[in-house]
This record gives sequence, C-alpha cells and structure tokens, in this order.
Amino acid sequence: MPMKFPDKLSQSGKKTDSTLLVLVVLLMAAGLVLLYSTSAYNGRVKFNDPAYYFKKQLFAGILGLAGMYLIAHMDYHRLLKYAPLLYLVSVGLSTAVLFVGSSINGSRRWLTLGPLSFQPSEFAKVAVILFLTWVTERTKQKLSGWRFMVLVFASTVPIVALVGSNNLSTAVIILGIAVILIFVTNPRYLPFIGIGGAGIALVTIFLSLESYRLERLAIWRNPEAYEKGFQTIQGLYAIGSGGIFGKGIGSSLQKLGFVPEAQNDMIFSIICEETGLVGACLVMLAFGLLIWRLMVTSVHAPDLAGTLIAAGIMGHIAIQVILNIAVVTNTIPNTGITLPFISYGGTSVAFLLAEMGLALSVSRYEN
Amino acid sequence: MGYSMRKNKTYNKKKIVIVFFLCVLMLLGLAGRLVYLMIFRSDYYSEKADDLHEREREIKAARGKILDANGTVLAANRTVCTISVIHSQIEEPEEVIRMLCSELGLNEESVRARVEKNSSIERIETNVDKETGDRIRAYGYSGVKVDEDFKRYYPYGDLASKVLGFTGSDNQGIIGLEVKYDEVLEGINGKILTTTDARGIELDGIGESRVEPVAGYDLKISLDANIQEYCQQAAEKAMEEKQADGVSVLLMNPQNGEIYACVNVPEFDLNDPFTLNDGTDTTELSEEELQDLRNQMWRNACINDTYEPGSTFKIITMSAGLEAGVVTPEDTFSCPGYKIVEDRRIHCHKRTGHGAETFVQGAQNSCNPVFIEVGLRLGVASFCDYFRKFGLMDKTGIDLPGEASTIMHKEENIGQVELATMSFGQSFQITPIQLATTVSSLINGGTRVTPHFGVEVLDGDGNVVETLKYDSRDGILSEETSQTVREILESVVSEGSGKNAYIEGYEIGGKTATSQTLPRSANRYISSFLGFAPADDPVVLGICIINNPQGVYYGGTICAPVMRDIFSNVLPYLGIEKETTKKLHDG
Repeated sequence: MPMKFPDKLSQSGKKTDSTLLVLVVLLMAAGLVLLYSTSAYNGRVKFNDPAYYFKKQLFAGILGLAGMYLIAHMDYHRLLKYAPLLYLVSVGLSTAVLFVGSSINGSRRWLTLGPLSFQPSEFAKVAVILFLTWVTERTKQKLSGWRFMVLVFASTVPIVALVGSNNLSTAVIILGIAVILIFVTNPRYLPFIGIGGAGIALVTIFLSLESYRLERLAIWRNPEAYEKGFQTIQGLYAIGSGGIFGKGIGSSLQKLGFVPEAQNDMIFSIICEETGLVGACLVMLAFGLLIWRLMVTSVHAPDLAGTLIAAGIMGHIAIQVILNIAVVTNTIPNTGITLPFISYGGTSVAFLLAEMGLALSVSRYEN
Repeated sequence: MGYSMRKNKTYNKKKIVIVFFLCVLMLLGLAGRLVYLMIFRSDYYSEKADDLHEREREIKAARGKILDANGTVLAANRTVCTISVIHSQIEEPEEVIRMLCSELGLNEESVRARVEKNSSIERIETNVDKETGDRIRAYGYSGVKVDEDFKRYYPYGDLASKVLGFTGSDNQGIIGLEVKYDEVLEGINGKILTTTDARGIELDGIGESRVEPVAGYDLKISLDANIQEYCQQAAEKAMEEKQADGVSVLLMNPQNGEIYACVNVPEFDLNDPFTLNDGTDTTELSEEELQDLRNQMWRNACINDTYEPGSTFKIITMSAGLEAGVVTPEDTFSCPGYKIVEDRRIHCHKRTGHGAETFVQGAQNSCNPVFIEVGLRLGVASFCDYFRKFGLMDKTGIDLPGEASTIMHKEENIGQVELATMSFGQSFQITPIQLATTVSSLINGGTRVTPHFGVEVLDGDGNVVETLKYDSRDGILSEETSQTVREILESVVSEGSGKNAYIEGYEIGGKTATSQTLPRSANRYISSFLGFAPADDPVVLGICIINNPQGVYYGGTICAPVMRDIFSNVLPYLGIEKETTKKLHDG
C-alpha cells in the first residue's frame, strides 16, 4: 500500500547534503591511506603483498560508494517498506552464520561465497535502524507509552541474541542504537535515567557472572601486569610514541607486528603513532563533523521516519567511534570494535557507505 | 488502509541534539585522554616502545696487551670472525650454502639447515680466522654476515703460563694476571643499536646507532721474557734430569719486590689451556675429573701451594736470633749429631755430628742443633713475635689470585719440640713466594716488600696511565742484622753447603734446603736453594724448588747448580759485572 506524503516534499528535489558527502569521501580516502600504511607490513608478511588489505578495502569501498550513490537517489520511504524483509534476511543470515560461517582469528562471523566473504552482523545494524523506524511508523501504540518501548526492545531481541552469541560488541552497538531511537521517539526523560541505571546494573551482573570478564577488568586497570594486556599495552606504546606531531605516515614501528593485526580494531593507535596528537584529533574532528551533519540531517528531516533513520545512523557511527577510541586508549576495558571507514573490513565499509547513502537520501527531503 | 507519515515533533529534535552533544562531550573526553597519553605519558611509552624495537649487538672491546719489562708482548689479541646468516636477506641460498661449505669445511646438511631456518639470525661458525672471514665477505652475498671479534693470543705459548693466565670465551680472565688485572685489561664493549620488527628482523633504512668500544689498557709487568725463558729451560732441564714432579724457579728483585721470573714446570699452552699438558687420555674421564686435572695443571706452585721450607727457613731463625741478641756470629756450639729436646732426640742431617763450630759455621753446615739452640734461646713468644713481625703470618699481597696462607701452629700449642722443629723450617708450611719475599725483606736492610708483577698501566700509545704502587714496611729488621745475615749467607755459598751455587767473580748469598714431604714414610722430598746476588747489595733473589726428585735429593747438590746456572746468565744480563778485576785491585 503506497504511503502518502505531501507532493511538495517529494518533488522538492533538494540537493543532497554535500558537506556530508564530502566528509564521507574524505574519511574514506584518508581511511584508505591510513589502512595502507598500517597494513602494508602484515600484508607483506602474510600474503607477500603489501597492498593485500588495501586492495580488498578499496574494492569494498568502490562497491559501497556505488551502493551509496544508488541509495542516495532512492526515496527512503520506499526503502522503508522493505524494512521487515531486510530484517528477516538479516536474522536469516545471522542464523546461517552460526552453522555455516567461517572463522577468522577464532571468531565465526563470516559467510563465505567464493572469493567474497560477508559479515552478517554489519548488515544487521542497518537492518535494525530501518526496521525500528518501520515499527515506529506502523505501530498503533502511543509513542510515549511503556508498551511501545517494550515493543521496540522486543523487535530487536532476535537479532541481538543471534549476533550477540558470537559478537558481543556488535550486539551492544545494536542495543545502543535501539536505545537512542527509543530515547528520540519518547518525549520523556526520566525513564531513561532508569534505563541507564538498569543498564549499569545489568552490565555489573553480567561482568561478575564470568570470572574471565572480571579478569578483563583487572587487565584494563593495569594492562602491563597481564599477558593478555599485550594488545592494549602495544596500542598504548604506539599512541604514546606518537607525541604531538607523530612519526609521519608510514613510519610506525608498532605496526610491524607489535600491535597484533594493527589494521583491525587497533588502527587508531597506529594513526596516533604516525600522525601524532594533531592527526588523531583531526580524525576525531572529522567524525565529529560527520555526526554533526547526521544530526542536522535528522533534525531537518521532513518526517519522523527520516529523523529516526538519520538519528540511528548518527548513533551507530557515534557509538562505534567513541567505543573504539575508548578501547584503544584503554579508557574502557578491551572489546573488539572497529573504527568506521578506517579499520579493515569490507562488509563494514560497504554497509557504512550504504548507510551514508540512506542519510543522504533523507537529507534530500529536508524541509 | 492509508495513513500519512508520522510527523517529527520538536521534542524529537531536541533529543537528537541532546544525543549529539553527549557524543561530542565523550569525544572531547577522549581527546583529553589522548592529550594525556600523547603529551604527558609520551616519554614513558616512547621509551618502552624503543626498548621493544631496539636490539643491541655488542662490539667487543680489544683487550689490553700484557707487556714484559722490555715491552715484549706476552698476551695480545688476534682478530677472528663469526659467520652468521640472516634468513630474510638471503637472495641466493644455494650459492650461499655451497660457498659456506667450501670455505668453512662444514657438511652441507648442517649448513643448509641453518641457512633455510626462518630465524632472525643464525650463527654458522665462530672463531673463523680473519683471512677466511675476509674471503667470505668478499663474495658479497646478501644475508651473510661476518662479524669481527677478538680472541686472546699468547705469542710465547707456554711461557709464564701460570703467571699470565688466560681468558674465557667472553675474553674475561680465568686465571693469573688476566684475572687480577681484568678491569685494567678488559676495556668497555661498544654496541650497535638496530631497530627490528616484532620478529626481530632488522629494518633497513633506519640508521643504526653505534657506540664505539674502548680498548682496554695495556699492562706492563716486571717479568722479563728473556729471564723467564732461561729459567724455564733450566727448570725443564732439572726436571728431566731428576725425573721430578715439578720444578719451580722464582726470581725477584729483593729491593722492591718486582718479580723477574716465575716458572713452574710443567707449564701449559696458553693458546690451548683446556688440553692437559701431560698427554693424559681424557676419554675415560668425567667432566668433573677432567676439570680437577685442569685446575691442578693451572696451579701456580709458587703462590697457590704451601710446603715445609726446611733449612732455607734457617735464614729467618738466624735473623731473629741475631736481632734479638740471643746469638752472635762468633758464639760457639757443639753438634753431636742430634739434640735432645724434652723427651725427643732430634737428629742433625749429619748423623755423625758437626762437632764444635761457631754460629757462622753452623749456618754453613746447615746444622740443625745450632738452630734448634737459637730457637730455644728465643723462646716461643719471641720466636712467634719475629715470625709475625717478618710478615710470615700475612699473605704477601702478590698480584696473582689464590695466594695460599701460611699454615702455622697456634702459639699456645707450641711446645719446645714444635719450637725446635720450626727453628729449622719444619712442622709448618708457607708458600715459596712467602719465603722469597721474607728473605728479600731480611737481606734488603729490613724493608718488607710486596712481591708483584704489575708495574705500569699504559694506554694504546704507550703513555703511562698509572704507575702501580705497592705497600712496603720499613724496619722489620735492623740494617746491621740484615748486613750480618747477608755476610753469613755469602759464606754459606763461598765456603759452606751452598758452594754448588758459587760463581767466581760474584758474591752470592744463599741457603740450601731439603725437606721431606708428609707423610714422612713416603720418602718424597722437596729440595730447594735460595740465593741472592750481589751479596752486599742484592739486586736479584732466586729460589729453585725441585719437587720429588729421584736419586740424589739434597738441595745443595741438585738445586744450587740450577741457580748457579741461572745467576751466571742473569747477572750479566742485569748488568752486574763480575768483580774479579775489582778484587784483584783490592788484593
């Protein structure tokens, strides 16, 4: 059944948010340079090809940019109609990965098809944003009621449980996105303080249930005393040896096998080492600006659906950037979260770009 | 069922802005954390990271040379090479393997295993001589490293082996002067700092920093290679003739304690110090047994071992008696061939007795009863006082490791019998160096000297860095007594038991000794002769000790000639002219 919306809006033909576009392209380009610099050593050692990781990332980036272009020119309202389908596909893929997934570095998170591998959990994030927006749009509940809140949480439970079974960090991100969407939808403030409190209590119980999680806390407080603090410590060495201006692109020593798999979660530490405090702050500024443009897009969206899509994307990027940098700087205990657009990961980059396409699409309908 | 899209309300927008600002706040917090880590903690983490990345390679410092009194090199360094391969840098493995096999004479299997092993650096061979190392370097294969290193080298092989000592694999001294002067000789190792990746592979393009090594100082010693060589030949000759276990010869300057020669045959080859010098079959020995034998071989008998000095010790009894005034050279004694002390009959070496004799004649005859009498006149307390005063209870302080201490009765346990035996050098033990040093001090006018080898510390250009100083103690004996002792000992050589050491034209003082080792039943003897010249102003004092001679074992018969032979060559060498002409004029 076609949705109706004012002709005026649909035909407004406003230009896409060029600032957002420029920021994305800039981040993507800078990300590729930083990734090449960081991964050249590992590529040479493991695959005899310094550009191994770069090429794969570039391929995913081009694919993602194409996807972004397509989606940016689509009407996000029409996409929204497919949200339940996308969500079901996502649940299906996440289930499939449990049985036929392939492991990399000990985690079974990938579906492999020939030369391509695909990480369903990355897709799940976009699917959840769209699905929750769809639920909000279609629900007959009052948005300010408890029932709606429970409904939204209930809709995320399947995917959070599936993803969380082998990738806790991504499940946390998905939950975070859900909380932000509910928070934005709900006119009240007070319940969220309660939710926050409940969340903290949950995390505490969760941590104390398993001793290895407590150990993780101990490592966090004094990484040098533990063998498992190795990655954290190596990251800190990289960050600390960067100083104000860094050693220069390509000159990191910590990426030479000291920081394990430097091109993945820990890439920000190598950025710090090579470009210094200045470069690291510029990267953070770029992300800040990106989040700002997503906020503007969300605020200026013509309807609640647009607002929520942009808000979800903003939440997604913000949560990942903040958690990643917090982990790398040992501000919080270690957990595997990638840095958007920069960390190595084809699926991640492709779907992030697709999400940006979605945001750009929303930005075209600004009122 | 149609519916229009839900509107977004103001509160939605407000909340988004709130989320945004919360995010910005957190990003700012993280930026603050970065400022802390990258500015305030930068030094700490940089240093830690540098430690992690830098590998240190040592550059060995050249060890200082040991030079004899004339500047002849006794211990030097030879350049040797260590050949290693760096797996990641090898481009032509087959050629490298072939080259290493042919140059080093190694079998292909072991070389191939090392060349193909994926490690940061693999050592192929050490102690390769420099020519081979240079040839291997000249091939120019990448991934083959030739590092130069020093190995200690002793040009004279076994000369003064137990004095010089040798060094271990890290060029640290193991025995002898090499140990004692390790700090002077060792120098300061340099280092090459290289940066590596996590696998330990050196990174190209990052300059290596180098700290140059500082060569050790040279040590000039008083030992004279010519004298040492001559003494060694004389000792080897005596050892062979007498089929002895060992012969020691010590030559020193009694005025200042400088040692000219210190021979202990059999010596061992300093360039191959771990191989036994007597051709013992070592295949049956356990590592422990073998090491015991090596330690035995390395012992410096003059310093590390004690013995009963026997009659040479009468010099000390004589000095004490004369100094205390309990005897004068003219005092007369009667020797019936023995002396009864308490319930013991202590024999003279001449069982038939020397009859009536003066003290000087008693010394010439090495008459035991005479010296027993002098000892008894001194009494235990006085004897022990002189024993101490002369320095016999202390180590000499010679600059060699492992000097043995005097083994002496406790004063309260000394009865008349012990006193009597001590008077002619039995029932206690001292080292040969202790005897030589004590007699030196008694005949040099009464100055206790410190025997030593080390004279000067020189830098590489021969400039004196330090002149080594040694303690001396004046007045352990009066000048008059010292002179009397010298005169009596001169007469021992010119007229008495030491006449086999007499050289016409030289005034030589000396004393013979023959002592039986414990247990007495074994009939093993140590024969010795101590001599000095010129008697009126001695510049050289020598002691010759033959351990377990076969056949005739009297010191005066077998040791005195050895010393005469040595003195007749060394005295002219030291510039001491024969006095024949002078005497003729006087006459």
